[in-house]
Amino acid sequence: MLCESYLSYVLCGKKQNMAKTLFEKIWEQHIVKTIDDGPSVLYIDRHFIHEVTSPQAFTGLNKRGINVLRPLQTIATADHNVPTLNQHLPIKEELSRLQVETLKKNCAEHGIELYGLGHPFQGIVHVIGPELGITQPGMTIVCGDSHTSTHGAFGAIAFGIGTSEVEMVFASQCLLQSKPKLMRINVEGELNKGVVSKDIVLYILSKITASGATGYAVEFAGSAIRALSMEARMTICNMSIEMGGRCGLIAPDETTFAYIEGKEFAPQGEAWQKKLGEWKQLYSDRDALFDNEIFINAEDIEPMITYGTNPGMGIGVTENIPTTETINDNDRSGLAKSLAYMGLQQGAAIKGQKIDYVFIGSCTNSRIEDLRMVASFVKGKHKADDVEVWIVPGSKQVEAQAIKEGIDKIFEEAGFVLRQPGCSACLGMNEDKIPAGKYCISTSNRNFEGRQGAGARTLLASPLTAAAAAITGYVTDPRSLPSKGVLRTNPSAGGAFNS
Amino acid sequence: MSDKNLNTDTQKESSNLQTQEPPFGGQGGFISRFVPINMENIDTDQIIPARFLKATTKDGFGKNLFRDWRYYNDDASKTRADFPLNMSQFDGEILVAGKNFGCGSSREHAAWSILDYGFRVVVSSFFADIFKNNALNNGVLPVQVSDAFLQRIFLQDNNTELTVDLEQQTIRINPTGEQEQFEINSYKKTCLLNGYNDIDYLISLKEDIQEFETQRA
Repeated sequence: MLCESYLSYVLCGKKQNMAKTLFEKIWEQHIVKTIDDGPSVLYIDRHFIHEVTSPQAFTGLNKRGINVLRPLQTIATADHNVPTLNQHLPIKEELSRLQVETLKKNCAEHGIELYGLGHPFQGIVHVIGPELGITQPGMTIVCGDSHTSTHGAFGAIAFGIGTSEVEMVFASQCLLQSKPKLMRINVEGELNKGVVSKDIVLYILSKITASGATGYAVEFAGSAIRALSMEARMTICNMSIEMGGRCGLIAPDETTFAYIEGKEFAPQGEAWQKKLGEWKQLYSDRDALFDNEIFINAEDIEPMITYGTNPGMGIGVTENIPTTETINDNDRSGLAKSLAYMGLQQGAAIKGQKIDYVFIGSCTNSRIEDLRMVASFVKGKHKADDVEVWIVPGSKQVEAQAIKEGIDKIFEEAGFVLRQPGCSACLGMNEDKIPAGKYCISTSNRNFEGRQGAGARTLLASPLTAAAAAITGYVTDPRSLPSKGVLRTNPSAGGAFNS
Repeated sequence: MSDKNLNTDTQKESSNLQTQEPPFGGQGGFISRFVPINMENIDTDQIIPARFLKATTKDGFGKNLFRDWRYYNDDASKTRADFPLNMSQFDGEILVAGKNFGCGSSREHAAWSILDYGFRVVVSSFFADIFKNNALNNGVLPVQVSDAFLQRIFLQDNNTELTVDLEQQTIRINPTGEQEQFEINSYKKTCLLNGYNDIDYLISLKEDIQEFETQRA
């Protein structure tokens, strides 16, 4: 008897120690081997590539005289260098054209599927992976692009890598990786009206700073996260890199499965049932331990906007810009320099700041729900005269859907320009740049100096807050404009807008 | 599964391609003056702006390192006199910068531009993960020190030499003798000391990888 209860104690104790986080479950399934006192050899399920960070990796392979080991697990698209107007014409800028052509040539040589310009699946790499059903729960996913964290919204370990690592994945379908520390950010409660998922992530960033999650894999959890649609979840995981996170992830649930089912490359029939069974095991066990845990109250979040030159420098749209006295320690030393670059004053209100450009797009906020949200909000309104508004869909599929739903007409009536898919003005690389000194309210992810063009001044915000600024011409609380309650039809897009 | 002998046998066999001449293996450490950029959160868009990422080779990025902080209006003839890279009193192969260095974009071009400009070591009190990996993969050593030690370095005059000893994992301010240990994973240390790289090792694992794939199928 004693023996038995001792045994059950030991077993029970052991079982408790076996509690695992979502990250650990996926990580352990992908370890090929572990080097003593060193990194692990991590197997990679899906490798996305684009034209900017892949050419030198292909050159490396060619120098070694070897081929891509698993071309069928590699998916390519052209997004960073593509123009977003007149995509049927050759790319004007010679180096951009060469980079896109190099990708085409490399993919052909190595047997990699390329969704290039003109292909109905072309788009921003982090938009097309999920919408095609290539991104699935439990996978390891990499790309030579820091916003690969986006794919973590499906309960995958997804992270950005450098070009040397792109070459490693080409050559071996593996990477040497050290296991990161684990953080969980819990967002509990209901979002206020006018608050969407972009506001959640900008709020978290404003609290934990642009380096608050460096060295960590971040799991987002809590009732406010569970209530989000897949596209809204992607916005949050997308910006986990802005906290420094190695990756961001959310446990898959019925919302996830419903999103994937029926997508182009989603499993079907028996395979679907088998996968579904596996995916349902992907959650952090009740007793699983995290190195750091953060709790956020959803009710505390209001529409957010950044005032500085890193994504952690954000405030509520009704708040004043911090002063050296009120700012958190991490950003104090950079405040004066940031505000000098931005042409903004300590302690001033951000609301009412004049805007020159509005950019709604990027891998953070260019999906169909984002476009629907903006269209619902601006229907029957018109942009301010001296503001230029660019709406850039994340993919050809998003563009086609927007046109099918008549969203393009609403934008046209509002004076907005619906452009063609690409990274566009997010990064000051292609033709779409914000001129020096001009203010752009942007739904993208980075407000670094010069990010949208040398000297450009970026204010990051949600599609709703950006749309409100498009109408008035200055930073505006979206809750202060009439919206006829249209957004109630889509509450899962990260919050309802009930006027 | 583990592989105790990785750092010796496997790498030696598979590594006949040494991408960088290893500078950190010599006796007495790596000695150099340093260039200070006393700013925090230096992101990779500052290190190398996106418009310079259109090359299809790894060469020539050094001339655009910190492009928009070095020049006015993107004009290489209009240098900003107050930026350390343009100040003749600063020189050396060690770059010293404020915390959270290399945050933002994963562009390895940031590491290439730092290397191509002539830096072999970057000292900061905190590095972004992807930049750290990219640096190590290119033979650039990220040395993470305490905030206090970093401030001590910033206080030194411009002729001060630092010694970075990878073998001992120490960094020293030579004239004052102040010294601090730094962390580096032992695998990466061995790679840097010997000029080995990850890709040779991974290619050597082909059979293990195939076996792993078969077991999962």
